[in-house]
Amino acid sequence: MPSAPVSPLVVEGLTVRFGSLTALDGLTLTARPAALTAVLGPNGAGKTTLIRCCIGLLKPAAGEITVLGQAPGAASGRHRIGLMPQSSGAWSSVRAGELLHYLAGLYAHPLNLTAVMARLGISRYATTTYRRLSGGQQQVVNLVAALIGRPELVFLDEPTAGLDPHARRATWQLLRELRAAGVTAVLTTHAMDEAEALADTVYIVDHGRVAISGTVGELTSGGQNLESVYLANTHTQAET
Amino acid sequence: MTAVDFSPAPGAAPPFRRITRHGLLEARLLARNGEQLLLALFIPLGILVAGRLAGGRLGDFAELVPSLLALAVWSSGFTSVAIATAFERRYGVLERLVATPLGPSGLISGKSLAIIMILVGQVVILVGVAAGLGWSPAFTGRSAAVAVLLVIMATATFVCLALLLASRVRAEATLGLANLIYLVLLAGGALVVPLERYPAAVQPVLAGLPTAALGEGLRAAAGGHTLGWPLVVLAVWLPVAGLASWKGFRWTS
Repeated sequence: MPSAPVSPLVVEGLTVRFGSLTALDGLTLTARPAALTAVLGPNGAGKTTLIRCCIGLLKPAAGEITVLGQAPGAASGRHRIGLMPQSSGAWSSVRAGELLHYLAGLYAHPLNLTAVMARLGISRYATTTYRRLSGGQQQVVNLVAALIGRPELVFLDEPTAGLDPHARRATWQLLRELRAAGVTAVLTTHAMDEAEALADTVYIVDHGRVAISGTVGELTSGGQNLESVYLANTHTQAET
Repeated sequence: MTAVDFSPAPGAAPPFRRITRHGLLEARLLARNGEQLLLALFIPLGILVAGRLAGGRLGDFAELVPSLLALAVWSSGFTSVAIATAFERRYGVLERLVATPLGPSGLISGKSLAIIMILVGQVVILVGVAAGLGWSPAFTGRSAAVAVLLVIMATATFVCLALLLASRVRAEATLGLANLIYLVLLAGGALVVPLERYPAAVQPVLAGLPTAALGEGLRAAAGGHTLGWPLVVLAVWLPVAGLASWKGFRWTS
């Protein structure tokens, strides 16, 4: 009997505290291989904290994380993951192409930069410094920066925030290609339509814990759309 | 539409290549930054030329040159590193790089390489210009070795203190504080002005500063003498600063 595929990301009972604030409160989730897992939640729900724990930047107070079979942040696993942080993740004075060439040099088998820059239109502004790029251009550069090492698992923290509808759709198409190519993606988003269009599994997070999870079909089987399910299972910060 | 192969093919470049790439990029970015270039090169060069033209009114020229080398180490090791790191932290650069094969240790190594490149460039230019203006130091083999050791220890101490400041204070506040500390210790830290010219009452206190240890040690070394106490002062500061920065450093804002 074939063995079940190992989950690239397993998070169990994750608890993170910043002083008296509990950012994550026993959060548990799993990302399936070559699938896109969306983590939805209001501001302050703990989405970015979750990603920072997964890359080893934050040490949880309790709980376990396994990233590609290893502890988060393990030196032998860093080349296997990609990260698109919510903040820019780039020096303000670095040129777009310069940043990507630099990052490509950290890996043994990076993406074909010429091809990916042409495909996403980065070639047009490759010599422009990062601070002079539009918000959408910065997001595209950030996305490529996360993918440049051809990772097995990629964390995308709100990858389409601030993008116009054309750029959002182009990003969605790229994320579908990633999944088809066998890459596991974990993305955080506020956009219900994004989760509906892309996600194989959705985790709705509230107050640092998973309020409800499942496929979009499972979550909306009661006749509600995903936004209604989200609103019914989350609170605004003002309500907390 | 250009086809791109996104299929996973993870692999890290060799460590030497990763660190070299990072060091070169940081050095390039620093060299492009006008404010940092002003601190690292143009201010010391300006004082150097003014010191020569003033014909002794800014102090003995033979003493001024090692003082300015100390200033260059101070600006590159502390102020530049603090400001650059604070903004790297704010912009999420540190967060991104920690998740690459470079990792925290590669990042520190790459940063160190960039600082070394900048320092070597500063020393070559300052010494070259000083020699052109008639500076003729009296280094001995022993005093030169002590000078190199002092520069290494002081740079490491300044970098640790800079990383601590950059990781505990907001980027804009770091910008202001790092420049303020730079100026205060430039004027009052026995870095450029010899310790003996300060009031006797404050001399013992100032002698405990790493800036004083560097400044006094380099001035003595350039005159062919070696002082032991600057090495002792830095030998105390370095582990304290290193431990504080190791324990206190925060990668994210």
